[in-house]
Amino acid sequence: MSNRRERGWVHYYFQSTSGIVGLALVVIMVALSLISAFGLAPHDPLEQNPVNALQGPNGIHWFGTDQFGRDIFARSIDGMRRSLSVAILSVSLAAFFGVLLGVIGGFFGRWIDSLVVRSSDVIFAFPAILLALAIVNSLGNSWIDTSIAIAIVYTPIFIRVARGPVLSVKEMDYVKSVRVLGFSTQRILLKHIAPNVLAPIVVQIALSLSWAILTESGLSFLGLGTQPPDASLGLMVSEAQPLAAFAWWALAFPSIFITIVVVGLNLVGDGLRDALDPARRSS
Amino acid sequence: MQELLKITDLTVQTSDDQRVLVNQISLSLGEGEAVGVVGESGSGKTLTALSILGLLARGLEIGSGAIEFSGADLLKVPAERLRAIRGNEIAMVYQDPMTALNPVMRLGDQLHEVLRAHNLGGATAAERVRASFASVGIPDPDRAMRSYPHEFSGGMRQRVMIAMALLLSPKLLIADEPTTALDVTIQRQILALVAKERRQRRMSMLWITHDLGVVANLVDRVVVMYAGRIVESGKVSDIFASPRHPYTAGLLASLPSSDHARGRLASIPGVPPKPWQVGKTCAFAPRCEFATERCRTQLPLLESAADRQIACFYPIGAK
Amino acid sequence: MSRALSVLTTLFGISLFVFFVLRVIPGDTITSSLGIETGALTPEQIDVLRAYYGIDQPLVGQYISWMTSFLSGDLGFSYSTGAAVSELTKSALLVTIELALIGTVLGVIMGISIGMFSARKPGSIRDFAGQLFGLLALAIPGFVLSTTIVTVMANRFQYFPNGYEYMSPTEDLWMNLQQMLFPGLVLGIAVAAPVMRTTRSALLETVDKDFIRTAIGKGLKPRVVRLRHVLRNSLIPIVTMTGIQFGYLLGGAVIVEKIFALPGMGRQILDAINKREYATVQSSIMVFAILFVTINLITDLVYRRVDPRIK
Repeated sequence: MSNRRERGWVHYYFQSTSGIVGLALVVIMVALSLISAFGLAPHDPLEQNPVNALQGPNGIHWFGTDQFGRDIFARSIDGMRRSLSVAILSVSLAAFFGVLLGVIGGFFGRWIDSLVVRSSDVIFAFPAILLALAIVNSLGNSWIDTSIAIAIVYTPIFIRVARGPVLSVKEMDYVKSVRVLGFSTQRILLKHIAPNVLAPIVVQIALSLSWAILTESGLSFLGLGTQPPDASLGLMVSEAQPLAAFAWWALAFPSIFITIVVVGLNLVGDGLRDALDPARRSS
Repeated sequence: MQELLKITDLTVQTSDDQRVLVNQISLSLGEGEAVGVVGESGSGKTLTALSILGLLARGLEIGSGAIEFSGADLLKVPAERLRAIRGNEIAMVYQDPMTALNPVMRLGDQLHEVLRAHNLGGATAAERVRASFASVGIPDPDRAMRSYPHEFSGGMRQRVMIAMALLLSPKLLIADEPTTALDVTIQRQILALVAKERRQRRMSMLWITHDLGVVANLVDRVVVMYAGRIVESGKVSDIFASPRHPYTAGLLASLPSSDHARGRLASIPGVPPKPWQVGKTCAFAPRCEFATERCRTQLPLLESAADRQIACFYPIGAK
Repeated sequence: MSRALSVLTTLFGISLFVFFVLRVIPGDTITSSLGIETGALTPEQIDVLRAYYGIDQPLVGQYISWMTSFLSGDLGFSYSTGAAVSELTKSALLVTIELALIGTVLGVIMGISIGMFSARKPGSIRDFAGQLFGLLALAIPGFVLSTTIVTVMANRFQYFPNGYEYMSPTEDLWMNLQQMLFPGLVLGIAVAAPVMRTTRSALLETVDKDFIRTAIGKGLKPRVVRLRHVLRNSLIPIVTMTGIQFGYLLGGAVIVEKIFALPGMGRQILDAINKREYATVQSSIMVFAILFVTINLITDLVYRRVDPRIK
């Protein structure tokens, strides 16, 4: 039953225009990040060139230059690379631990479940930025520390998303009867519960990636996370503040990059949600 | 008798792929006359009723036809005119009393707003609402007015719906199986209530049901629908005494009555087809014991003869 | 009753969490700074701070000291100003709450209007426009919007009320409102996005319900149907979302407070972190969490009122 549904979802996903657009945007951003990762950018993001400072977009510097003459395009794709790295690491951690805890809690119930739920409530009680702020402050500014901080903030969501289907499937009559027959816990988990948990998790991953990027850029805007002279989208926006009046490109391009990738991930998340939903309603 | 409502060749279909659900229905209703529209679920009877007031759900549309009421075609009148007619000259009572009322609004307010919508709000409004609650047999009307729908049973809610429909003394009451969801005893009470109101107000009525038995003492004429078309219509006494269409005969035979105290209830084997799946043939042929090759390849048209309409190549009792 | 118990357990867990997050900082940074940076504090204040931190006690003891101090109203002292954190928090909290309220109100108005606008003709151009707005409102970071506003307003239009010293509503209401306008708008836009989505989907779900058909069938004017029947029955998810958003705004306003120079809690925590005033950080975050939990409780109570079916 679950196999048939999943063979179809890719097909359904590509029936939605917004899903396709979203995927395209994300792919573009990932491609640009890879270009930066492999050092293939037209300029070095760190190379300063005071002679060329504050040039508007032109043939050599597609996005113009900042106050130190650094190429904004190169810095933007490098910043995108950083944001995506942090987002991917943090969401992977959050998803892994969140799903693990959520499934354990939902499946075993009683005090284990209470503990899991209480702990996640505690984290939920904090506004994301503030919590990430506090943790980064304690841990450090490296991209791994930032990822850990964001992971901690977003783990509860995954706990909740994973726990729900586990609880409802557990209550279903056919699962109860199968347990009575003595099927092993593992088998129950894999065959019956996993397929139901998979769909909402995948959707949540896409959405959490978009939030993680916003949080990471927010943190670097505040001066936490990536430190100068390294490039980070949030940091670039913050550095562009005093320049924006006469060098709009310093503010515009990093901002547009953030917006594009967040829009893309959200559209992908929505597309996945519609494609994986058995009811398959179009909103 | 003056003609009050005249439906001509009404077709209802799905908006996206034009699947036909109601296939060229023509029906007329005189002033003070009560007509029962009988058919199984899927026959199109409810959609026909909803079309009159323009209440079709999203995804359905009127394909063609005309619905004349007091001289104007309701399908073509300006929106404001239709709005003025709703609840006022034509009122409707729906099938499921549990979902037909606004759950977060007090019952009295729900009636009050009908008066306001038709510019009859004001000092006497509250009294009128109270009186209408009393006339449908709701105990303690004052308390009822302040209550919410969930505090009442299905039967009581249906009484409220009826009170709401009759508030402005409509010329035509459309009732879509209002008793189907209720207990038999309550059913009987509601039927009696409606019959009484109809007599007192000399109101026209269109009563939709799947149960022929219900309309026996309630209406003047019966219209039988099958798979989106009308297959028979006539005076209720005539239909009951001598049904012409095999389907009508089957419906009558399946009614429980004191004559068949023992033995199983007869029922028509098979299920009705979806209206859009039937070609230009007799839709009932697969289930009809008298069907011939002609029935399976040609469409019997509705023919009128002395107050009777029948769409069948081999009506029962024909020469 | 069991609700109260569960809320208390959560708060207890929160206090543990806050305590430990800050203890991860290596070494005796917190306590050692007491020797170096006591700055503007009087000897008596230093003693109170020691008690607050539970110096020279094992970890558990430190936690208990903190909790006892906190619960009795002692939130520690701020080195740089010599003021009690409880005092600073009181005024900062008012600023943040005012900002969050304004942001939520603006956001809800925008969100519900656009949600209603979109839902009237699902799948149409206007629906697309509404949803596009929602998407952009979500995706454009608050700090980008704020920075853009600051740049345009201050430089192009020479209008920037936040450039002047902050005025509380009691001191100068007009100036205060002007200073709250832009940050409130930025936050409002962030709130409008989820509120719009929730409104739209709740409306679309309600519109297909039977009682809406009844309302139309009895001749009510379209506007009455939309407001008194469709919207009123869609409120529960909208109210829930509003409560959640208000809670987020309280904490999430950090960046906006910084950019628009509003002396709220967010800025207090930021500054304290930078100045290494851990007492302030610890207590402020605790206050925040308590606030958040309270908001959720209130939201819960509010929608019990909106829906008479829930007892």
